[in-house]
Amino acid sequence: MLTFIVRRLAWTVLVMFVITALTFLIFFKTPGVDPARALAGRSPSPQTLAEIRASFGLNRPLPIQYLLMMKQLFVTRSLVSYSNQGLLVVPEIAAAAPATLSLVFGAAVLWVVLAIAMGVAAALLRGTLLDPVLMILALIGISAPVVWVGTLANYVSQGTLHNSFLFSWVPPLGYTSFTTSPSLWFKGLIIPWITLSILYIGFYARVLRANLIEVQNEDFVRTARAKGLRESRVVVRHTLRNSMITFVSLFGLDFGALVAGGALITEVVFGIHGVGFLTYEAFQALDLPTIMAVVVFGAFFIVLINAMVDIAYAWLDPRVRPT
Amino acid sequence: MAEPLLEVRDLKVSFRTEDGTVKAVDGVSLEVAAGETLGIVGESGSGKSVTMMSVMRLINDPNMRVEGEVIYKGRDLMKLTQEQIREIRGTGIAMIFQDPMTSLNPVYRVGWQISEQIRAHEKVSAKAAHDRAVELLRAVGIPHAQERVDDYPHQFSGGMRQRVMIAMAISCNPDLLIADEPTTALDVTIQAQILELIKKLRDDFGTAVVLITHDMGVVADITDRVAVMYAGRIVEQGGLRSVFYDAEHPYTWGLLGSIARLDRPRPPRLTAIKGMPPSLIHLPQGCAFGPRCPYRFDLCTEVPSLEDRLGDGHLDACHLDTERKRDLRETAIHPELAGRGEPELTEESR
Repeated sequence: MLTFIVRRLAWTVLVMFVITALTFLIFFKTPGVDPARALAGRSPSPQTLAEIRASFGLNRPLPIQYLLMMKQLFVTRSLVSYSNQGLLVVPEIAAAAPATLSLVFGAAVLWVVLAIAMGVAAALLRGTLLDPVLMILALIGISAPVVWVGTLANYVSQGTLHNSFLFSWVPPLGYTSFTTSPSLWFKGLIIPWITLSILYIGFYARVLRANLIEVQNEDFVRTARAKGLRESRVVVRHTLRNSMITFVSLFGLDFGALVAGGALITEVVFGIHGVGFLTYEAFQALDLPTIMAVVVFGAFFIVLINAMVDIAYAWLDPRVRPT
Repeated sequence: MAEPLLEVRDLKVSFRTEDGTVKAVDGVSLEVAAGETLGIVGESGSGKSVTMMSVMRLINDPNMRVEGEVIYKGRDLMKLTQEQIREIRGTGIAMIFQDPMTSLNPVYRVGWQISEQIRAHEKVSAKAAHDRAVELLRAVGIPHAQERVDDYPHQFSGGMRQRVMIAMAISCNPDLLIADEPTTALDVTIQAQILELIKKLRDDFGTAVVLITHDMGVVADITDRVAVMYAGRIVEQGGLRSVFYDAEHPYTWGLLGSIARLDRPRPPRLTAIKGMPPSLIHLPQGCAFGPRCPYRFDLCTEVPSLEDRLGDGHLDACHLDTERKRDLRETAIHPELAGRGEPELTEESR
């Protein structure tokens, strides 16, 4: 098991190299993209361009440029934004990360707990009216766009009903760090958490229900009943345990993607200055270093979480464990 | 017979489906005495598994309807609460299933799965349960039980997994062991070993066994009494010898004729029962075997009752006259011995 974890993490390093190399090529070396031109401002003289190329190392061989870029990203952390040259990209992302992590972690807790509750309830109540009702609710959740839910939530909680007892506790839009004020941090994130998790609750509840129903028909569940186990134990230890395998792999992918900037819409709607918000601004200004750094940061998280999922997967299912 | 351990009275199990009601079990009555081995034989879909699963109330289908009584040690299992039936499962009645590859939970160690059952019924420590699991694995003939107890099911072969299933089934010393085609998924040499094991455990612990199978050879090997099922009903029931040597029902003749025997001249072809089992939604009028029966006559439009026609405890559900049955039996089972009805040699059988 230990060698498996080590090997899996070694792979992660290799994957990271490939991702950074590809990102670098796409953003800086695609024909037609000229970082020097982006840096130089409007109609620069050829002389200025040459100067910029020299000072940013853009006239050096490709591998050297890549290494320089990686050095600026990971070692000196001195990569400068093209659109705002006083801005260091890496500290900017580091500052934005806690907001995104707070948002995504909280939403993940919410969606895992509620999706399991809904999925299990629907599977156990199969054949009654509650199963289709729960699944239609889930479908509505999946279909409701975050922009719409978020805007509506803001409209109600910040606007029309803000002064009623229902929403008077809601602080103004934006993110307050946990260290500044834990209560404001929590209050400010409740509505974003719910908004972000609705889609995932619906989706995961449906996936889990389908898996549970599949596993319920497995022979070993019948064996568990024939052994004389309590029904609750049959459901939790035998049915649910075997249904969680798909759930966990999906969770890894979605969680990674959200931390990597996938919560962009939620962040923009609720004015949370996280990684998604940063990405949004960087794309608007076509700020290549920031885009590059955000992509690398995102890829890093996705790869890392996938490695963790693979390890969790091996823990959940002994059949995939290397022997 | 003394008070039977298990008595099934007029059990009816049906399933509502889109095409109509499937009568999987249609009025089955049987008894199992303590320490006795009963074989239930029949082809796929004859209701043998459904009968025994209903006894343990293991079928969880909202479209299912069960009628009848299942008396175990004086209590009607059909009327017990979930908690009461749970206490009987595993300790009173245990079950072994057909496919050992899928009947064990793939994500838990086999020892854990055995301990789980022990601890569901007895207040013992995890350590004590684990030690007993090792003992049980040893008792069912798993080599290096001490190490293998911590292996996962996928690390065992099919035969070994069935041994694990058996170890689990006997872990709480049940009075009755239901074995649902325990050897069907295994290859022939392993089949014999598993049967030997069941026999040995039965003799050592005095457990009653209900063996569900479609293999007459397995029945001959291990059972005291045999019930033959066809289309959800028992068509013949009696002691092993009398069912084998004096079979009364044409369906049983068909089953016996389909066995390859080494102690008789080799027939050019084994006899097969013509036709297909009937649809359980639209059962034929009268005797369910009628449409496939070569000896059908006008009485067969009425459902024959299962009764003791000779007064020797051997029941059958066939309208044929007992004299006529005696005349027909041998030629029906071994047409080549009578020198008539000899099947023509075909290219493939030559």
